[in-house]
Amino acid sequence: MPDFPGKGLVKGLGVTFKTMLEGAVTVQYPKEKEAPPTRARGVIALKEENCTVCMLCARECPDWCIYIEGHKEKKPPRRAGGKPRTVSALDRFDIDYALCMYCGICVEVCPFDALFWSPEYEYSESRIADLLHDKDKLGEWMATVPEPPPLEAGAQKKK
Amino acid sequence: MLAIDLVYWQATALKTIIVLAIIPGSAVVIGYVFLLKMMAHMQSRLGPMEPGGFHGWFQLIGDGIKFIQKEDIIPSKADRRVFALAPVVVLASTFLIYVVVPAGPRLVVEDLDVGIFFALAVSSLSVIGVLMAGWASANKYALLGALRAAGQLIAYELPLVLAVVGVVIQAGTMSLNGIVHAQADGEIFGFGAFGNPFVITQIVGFVLFIVAAQAELTQTPFDMPVAESELVAGYMTEYSGFRFLFFFMAEFGTAFALAAIAATLYLGGWYVPGVTGGLRDFAGPLVLGGKIMLVAFFIFWMRFTFPRFREDQLQTIAWKYLIPISLVNIVATGVLKVAF
Repeated sequence: MPDFPGKGLVKGLGVTFKTMLEGAVTVQYPKEKEAPPTRARGVIALKEENCTVCMLCARECPDWCIYIEGHKEKKPPRRAGGKPRTVSALDRFDIDYALCMYCGICVEVCPFDALFWSPEYEYSESRIADLLHDKDKLGEWMATVPEPPPLEAGAQKKK
Repeated sequence: MLAIDLVYWQATALKTIIVLAIIPGSAVVIGYVFLLKMMAHMQSRLGPMEPGGFHGWFQLIGDGIKFIQKEDIIPSKADRRVFALAPVVVLASTFLIYVVVPAGPRLVVEDLDVGIFFALAVSSLSVIGVLMAGWASANKYALLGALRAAGQLIAYELPLVLAVVGVVIQAGTMSLNGIVHAQADGEIFGFGAFGNPFVITQIVGFVLFIVAAQAELTQTPFDMPVAESELVAGYMTEYSGFRFLFFFMAEFGTAFALAAIAATLYLGGWYVPGVTGGLRDFAGPLVLGGKIMLVAFFIFWMRFTFPRFREDQLQTIAWKYLIPISLVNIVATGVLKVAF
């Protein structure tokens, strides 16, 4: 475009006109939903059989929103004639989402892959106490955890 | 042709009711179409979507209902009577403009010989209302805003009037209906199929008129008097409830009225090629409405695009550029009128 006085003004009008025709970026939330990215930090899911009640997550949690209780159980020995094994059983695993700040440290420190991020975000409650998710509810979130991304070529398989 | 013959008072009552309905109606239409929807889309938003079910069409009516329910607050130090009267004065000036705007050959409240002169005279009445509002509010922002508004409205009144003079010279009449007829019957170099809308010959005047109208409406590039970031809301700062509603309706009603005048002066008003005879009275309002929306689109397009002028820039544009250009336009129009 050649230079003329008021060129910038005309350009500005062009920008607004073009934007008007392009359509809005708004997502009308309750009616239409945006799929969150697969690695979004929506809610933390618990895979109960992996948990060994090691308490690492509870201790690393910056705002102490994880409550764990467990007890020791005697399980039959692995080989015949051996001593009975001592196994930790999970009685209570609660995450208080009213306190959680979604830092993800618990997921990072878990040595046995018992905690996972799920992109699910629609779990608001009208009572603040209902934001305390117990281990059953945390277990239900496991269904929403996406598959881990495929390993890169040549990467070492986890044992 | 309408077969009903109304006596004088019936006709007057009917006209009054129609004009009374046009002001809030046009304010709602302009506000919804441009302020809510067009601005939203120019900013990649959707605007209101819920009220009324379909794309939030009820939003402004709901806002109006809310305003009416509000408490009538008058500041204790305010000059009560002037404070209460100011919005009425501003709205009245909007009402009076409609007296002369023709929506068809016979659809005009009063076809005055000095039509456009009358329209511009009453449209500048709003300055008095604005000054009254600012003075009576007993608020420094209101007073500053009112004085700025007065300075601006007076400065831009001149190019507005001078731009119109070109049209009046070319049409040879000040009656708005006469101007429409002049455009409908005119021809461009012997080609008269679609008349001679003055926007072609008076393009300079049209641009001047739109810019000056923008300033008269204190719309965004010229919104120094109501600049939110420094003056709260200028002369409207102390107003709430239905008194604010009056100012709001006056703002958008005047936008509609000035767009109507621009459409009449430059785009041929109710005239559309091919429609003749009694049909004009029925097609007229629709045609005029379409043209008004076109002009209003330009006005609001500028409003949503340009940033605000500084106070000195604002006065410079009026006095150093618009007024000299409009004077040259008048001289050129006069010379060409005599020459051809």
